[in-house]
Amino acid sequence: MTHATIYKGENTSFIKSAQPQKPLAGQSRNASSAAKQTVFFENPPRILAGGTVVTQREADGPIGAYFDNIIEPKNDAKNFEAAEIRMLQAAVSSAAEKAGIRVGDIDLLLSGDLLNQLTSSAYAARDLGVPFMGLYSACATMSQALAVGACFLNAGYFKHLACATASHFATAERQYRYPLEYGAQRPPYAQWTVTGAGCTILARGEGALDEDNARSRAKNAPRTALGNGAQSFPRITSATFGRVVDFGIDDIANMGAAMAPVNAIIAP
Amino acid sequence: MAKTVKELGALEVSLSGGEAVKERNERYNAYVKAVSPTSAMAKSLFHSFWVGGVTCVLAQIIFEVIAAAFPTLGAEMHGTLTLCAVIFIAVVLTGVGVFDKIGRFAGAGAFLPITGFANAMASSAMEYRTEGLVLGSETKFFSVVGPVLVNGVVWSAAAGLIRLAVFSIWGL
Repeated sequence: MTHATIYKGENTSFIKSAQPQKPLAGQSRNASSAAKQTVFFENPPRILAGGTVVTQREADGPIGAYFDNIIEPKNDAKNFEAAEIRMLQAAVSSAAEKAGIRVGDIDLLLSGDLLNQLTSSAYAARDLGVPFMGLYSACATMSQALAVGACFLNAGYFKHLACATASHFATAERQYRYPLEYGAQRPPYAQWTVTGAGCTILARGEGALDEDNARSRAKNAPRTALGNGAQSFPRITSATFGRVVDFGIDDIANMGAAMAPVNAIIAP
Repeated sequence: MAKTVKELGALEVSLSGGEAVKERNERYNAYVKAVSPTSAMAKSLFHSFWVGGVTCVLAQIIFEVIAAAFPTLGAEMHGTLTLCAVIFIAVVLTGVGVFDKIGRFAGAGAFLPITGFANAMASSAMEYRTEGLVLGSETKFFSVVGPVLVNGVVWSAAAGLIRLAVFSIWGL
């Protein structure tokens, strides 16, 4: 069993590198919970395409060049929540288009957002008319959707899955902090919620990962899960479901510090 | 007979996580505090001071204008009308999206009781307008200023009781 603790930032050596998890009472010590934290897929699903919608503020950022669509924050919608719903729909449509499938070909939409009862996702799914499963992991919703979706596809239940998420600065501020026009000062370290939506289309992996790798080797390409050639796509080969790590940050403006501690125990 | 969670023995680890976790959290919080940028104190105080001061000067000008225009009303009514005017200006500035910028720039300087209170109420009302006039705006009017009202009522009542006690003891 390999213990690996992933840190972000420097001067964090005070955190112990390997913290063995104490099993809860009644939980078997033999069936190591750590061993189950990472799953490896026998039929690694393919990532066909991704679609994104953001506003200018995100497009000006360091990864701005990778976004597909840039829209206005309110986008002619009646309110910001409606704008968020539209962004999510646009992201799903754009991803489906790039993947070469119709929205109706999506077998299941795995989506989440930051609002009460996953409002944006549910309304977007209503209008898209595809089967829907709501997920919530705050900022990790997209990773969660990819992990859960990959498990479904690995088991062979679906052909095409859409993993999506959306957030909107204006709706999140209202949900978690103050009204937009309230003249409160933000601390200089305060983070901003992204105004944007993203969607990734996953497809059942046809053929084992080895075929992609064999093709890569044949062309003297470095061995990689990314594959090679027109029919190869990035694949999800494994997923690690994280534990909740709470380092006691209770400042609503400092989301980064609350999320920075990541404690993943990776066991092959 | 209902059992408590502790009796069930479901959690060996205490909910707070024990001493080691507490110590780790304290060290992490100290680290976060050490690396987080802080506001420039002198600059913030300066901006707060001059914006607050200018607000007061403007209010005084309004007071003098009202006093000159309606000399028969008396100083108390002049003050009340000035408060109304200042509240009105703060609400209008909130409505056109300027007050939050002033607030971010000036901090406590923009937070003078009257203007800050007006801004807090107006911004709440605007924020929840999309949920309807009654169930949205009117319900959430006091979502930010609620604590101010609660404290105002509670401490006024406390002060009243102290006053009553003091006066009845000395028989004034």
